[in-house]
Amino acid sequence: MYKTAIIGAGVIGAMTARRLAAYDAELIVLEKEADVAMGQSKANSGIVHAGFDPEPGSLKAKLNLKGNRMMEETCHQLGVNFRRNGSLVVAFSEEDKKTLKKLYDRGNINGVDGLRLISGEEAREIEKNLSESVKGALYAPSAGVVCPYDLTIEAMGNAMDNGAQLMTNFEVSSIKKKEGYYIIKATDGREIEAEYVVNCAGLYSDKIAAMAGDTSFHITPRAGEYMLLDKEAGYLTDATIFKVPDAMGKGVLATKTVDGNILLGPTSADRENREDDRVTHCGLDIVREKEKMFFDNVPFDKVITQFAGLRAHGDKGDFIINSPVPGFVNAAGIESPGLTSAPAAAIKIEEILIGTGFRAPMKKNYNPCREKVVRFRELSIHEKNALIRKNKDYGQMVCRCEEITKAEILQALRRNPKATDIDGVKRRTRSGMGRCQGGFCMPHVLEIIAEEQNKKPEEVTKKGGGSKILYGRVKGGAR
Amino acid sequence: MRYSDVVIIGGGPAGMSAALSAREAGADKVTLIERDDSLGGILQQCIHNGFGLHRFGEELTGPEYAERYEKMVREADIEVMTGTIVTDLDSRRIVTCVSEDRGCIQIKAGAVVLAMGCRERPRGALNIPGTRPAGVITAGTAQKFVNVEGYMPGREVVILGSGDIGLIMARRMTLEGAHVKAVCEIMEDSGGLTRNIVQCLKDFGIPLKLRHTVTEIHGRDRVEGVTVAQVDENLKPVKGTEEFIPCDTLMLSVGLIPENELSKKAGVEISPTTKGPVIDANRQTKIPGIFACGNVVKVHELVDFVSEEGHTAGRSAACFAMGMNLAVQEKQAKKHVKEKKGVQNLPAETGATICTICPVGCTLKVTGEADGQLKVEGNSCRRGRAYAIKEFTSPERTLTSIMAAGDGTMVPVKTDKPIPKEKISECMKIINEKTLMLPISLGNIIIEKIGGTEANLICTRSFINK
Repeated sequence: MYKTAIIGAGVIGAMTARRLAAYDAELIVLEKEADVAMGQSKANSGIVHAGFDPEPGSLKAKLNLKGNRMMEETCHQLGVNFRRNGSLVVAFSEEDKKTLKKLYDRGNINGVDGLRLISGEEAREIEKNLSESVKGALYAPSAGVVCPYDLTIEAMGNAMDNGAQLMTNFEVSSIKKKEGYYIIKATDGREIEAEYVVNCAGLYSDKIAAMAGDTSFHITPRAGEYMLLDKEAGYLTDATIFKVPDAMGKGVLATKTVDGNILLGPTSADRENREDDRVTHCGLDIVREKEKMFFDNVPFDKVITQFAGLRAHGDKGDFIINSPVPGFVNAAGIESPGLTSAPAAAIKIEEILIGTGFRAPMKKNYNPCREKVVRFRELSIHEKNALIRKNKDYGQMVCRCEEITKAEILQALRRNPKATDIDGVKRRTRSGMGRCQGGFCMPHVLEIIAEEQNKKPEEVTKKGGGSKILYGRVKGGAR
Repeated sequence: MRYSDVVIIGGGPAGMSAALSAREAGADKVTLIERDDSLGGILQQCIHNGFGLHRFGEELTGPEYAERYEKMVREADIEVMTGTIVTDLDSRRIVTCVSEDRGCIQIKAGAVVLAMGCRERPRGALNIPGTRPAGVITAGTAQKFVNVEGYMPGREVVILGSGDIGLIMARRMTLEGAHVKAVCEIMEDSGGLTRNIVQCLKDFGIPLKLRHTVTEIHGRDRVEGVTVAQVDENLKPVKGTEEFIPCDTLMLSVGLIPENELSKKAGVEISPTTKGPVIDANRQTKIPGIFACGNVVKVHELVDFVSEEGHTAGRSAACFAMGMNLAVQEKQAKKHVKEKKGVQNLPAETGATICTICPVGCTLKVTGEADGQLKVEGNSCRRGRAYAIKEFTSPERTLTSIMAAGDGTMVPVKTDKPIPKEKISECMKIINEKTLMLPISLGNIIIEKIGGTEANLICTRSFINK
C-alpha cells in the first residue's frame, strides 16, 4: 500500500512528486507512456511567463507569479538551465496598443515586476530584427525560458533520488474507492493501492477524475504546431516575441530556447483525438505567415524540425486544483502558464492534499538538490581532459552536432529517471537534436542502448511501444 | 601544444588524397584526423561499384577505392589519428580534437585542410506534415545499417528523392528482400545518373514517380503509410491526386549539405550557393592557410574528382606550411566528361538503352536487320557496340552485396565480372546461405564461378585484425 499515487509524469506530476518525496511516506508515480514528459510537457513553448496575461485573482495569475519567482531557485537546485530573456508583446496598430495597455494594467494588478510600455523604436533597440511595422510593445524583463522536459526529467529524478517510485507504461483503466484507500488498475492488469491519489493526467485528467466519480469538467485537446530552427538562426531574437492575445490564447510567438535554437509557433486549433499530434500543411503555413509579421526576414531555410503539442484545455477558464472526493486531488486543465506555474502548483496541490487528510512525518535526509548532469560541450579543455582520464567514454563523441559523448549517453541510461529508448536519450542529452537530426548518431545510440540494456538492436525503440527502428538481421547471426 | 605542418580534418577520399599529396610536396609532419575507427569515410558503406573509372581506369566498389588509398597513406609516413573528432578550429589554425586515447588535445597547424565531407538533409528540412513515428530514415543512415551493421531498417519501403543514394538503396533493399514500392521525385527529372535509373530501378521494376512528393506521414509508433501526390509547376501538391501507399519505412534521399560547422567556427567564408567554403584555384579558403576539398566544398558527383581536388589542396597546404609561393602551384583543372543524369536520356523505345561502359553514357539503339544481324546506333566507340548487343541479347550486371562473417561482421563482396541479369537472384541466395571466416583480404575469392556463371565472388574489403 502506497501513501500517495500520482497519475501522470508530466511537469506537474513530477514537481508534485518532488514535493511529496519530502514526506516519509511511500510515493509512486504512474505514467501511461514509456517515459516521463511525454504529453504536453514534451512539446510546448518552454516559456516562463511574466504573468500579465491571466485574469487577476485567478489561480492562473497567482501560480504564474509565484512559479515565475520560484523558477530560478528550482532550476538551480535541479541543475536545469534557465534564462531570463525577457518578453515583448508587440503591437501593430492603435487597436493593439490599447490591448497592450490593458495587459500592462492587468500585469500591475497581478504584481508583475518591471513591466514597461515601450515604443516601436525602443522595442527594436531590444530586438533589432523586429519589423518596422511594430508600433509599440509591452516589455516584461522577468519572462524566461526553460526546457520543459529537462525540468520534468530532473524533478522526477530528484523525487526518485528521495525514494519516490516511477511506474511507466501504466495506463490507468479504473480507480476503485475502498475504505480509506483506492485501488488503481492498469489496462495490462497491474494494480496498486494508495491512500491518496493525485490526478496530474494532463490530456486525460477529465477521464481520470471521472473514474473517481468527478465529472465536473471536460478537457479538449488543443494542438499547437511549431517549427524549430538551427542554432545558426539564433541571431533572430533573444527575447520572446508575442503578438497580442486573442480568444484562442497567446497566439504565435518567436523565442530563443534555453538551448539556443529559435522556436516558432504555436498555432492553436482544437482536435478531436487526444493522441492526434500531427503536423499539418495548414498549421505550418499559419506559423510562416504570422512570423513574417514580427520580422522582415525569417530564415525558414534553417528549419531543422517541426512538431505539434497538445494542450490540455479545460472548460473552467482556470486551473482546476481541488479535491472533489476525499483522498483524491485534481490538478487538471493546466495549460499555459502551466509550466511556469509548476513549482507553485506543486505547493498548492500539497496544501489541498493536506486539506483532504494527508499526514506524514518529514524525511530527515530529504535533499531538494541534485547534481547537474555533465554536459561535456560546456566544459573547458582542462575539465574535459580530467573527465576523459577518469572515464574513456568521454573521449568518444557520439553526436557531432551537439557534441555528446558516449559517457553522457550512458549517464542518461543509468540516471533516474532512466531513458529506455532513442527519444528518451535524445531528450536527456540532446543527441540527435542538432542539424542532422540523428542521421549520424542514431545507429550509434541504438547500439549503446542495446548493449547497456542487454537487448538485441532490433528490440530498441524510438519511443516505446511498437516504434522499433530495425527489422532484424539482413543475414547471418548477431554481432 | 603539439605542432604539425599540415593537419587534415577528415579521413575520407578527399582527406586521404590531401594527406598523400602534402607528404609528396615535402611537408614533414602530416596529421590526418578521422572520427571513425577506420579510414575511408562514407566509401566504406558504398559497397556498390562505379568508383575509380577516372582515377584508376577501372570500376571499383567504395571499400576497394578506400583501401587503395588507405594502403598508400599507411606507407607514406603520415600520422593517422582515427577515433578522433575535431571539435574546434580557429583562424590561427589551432585544431582542438577529442579521442579516447589522447583525450582533448590541441594541435597548431602550419596549414589546415578541411575535408569533412557532407551530411544528408533530414526530414525536418522538408516540412513534411504528419506524425513522427519510427521508420523515417535518410538513405545514407539506412545504407549504414544494411551494409555495415547488417540490420534491415524496413521491409515495405517508399523512397522520397531520386538522387543516386536513393536509387542505390532501392536496389540494395530489394536485393536484401525488402519491397520498394515507389521512388518519388518532386522534380520532372531524376537527379540520379541514368545508369543508376536503369540498373537500380528498371532492372527490378521499381516505379519512379516523377513530379510526385510525400504530403503526409502516417502511423503512431512505426510508419504505417505515406500519402503521395502529384505536384504542379510551383511544386505544390495537386488536390485530388493523393494516393495512400501502405509502407513501414519512408526513406529520404533529398540532398546533401556540405558539413561546415568547423569552417564556420574558424570564420571561413561560406558560399550561399554551394554551402561550402569559397576557395581559389589552390583550394585555399578566404583564411590564409586553411584549405578545403571534396564534398565539404560542394557535393561532387564522382569520388574521383574528390580525390583530385584533395590532391591539389594537400599540395597547396604543404607549400603554405613551408612558406612557398602558392601561385606557381596553379594548374589547369582537367576537363571531365560528365556522365548523363536523369530519365530524359532514357530512351523510350524498346531495344534502346544507355551505355554504362564509360562516363560518356551514349544512348544506344539496337535494331534487327533483315539479314539477322544487329545494327547499333548512337555509340561513339567499339566497346559501346559490343555493350549494346550484349544488353540487347543477354544483359549482364556486376553484383555487389554483403556476406555475413561468423562474428556478425558484414563483409562487402562483388562478382569479379558481370553476370547474366537473370542470375542475380540465384546468386543472392547463394551469398545469403554462406557464412565467412575472418580474417579475409580484399580480392580473396569466396565462391568460384558463382551460380554456374563465369564470375567469381570476391571480397572487396580486408578484415585482417579480426
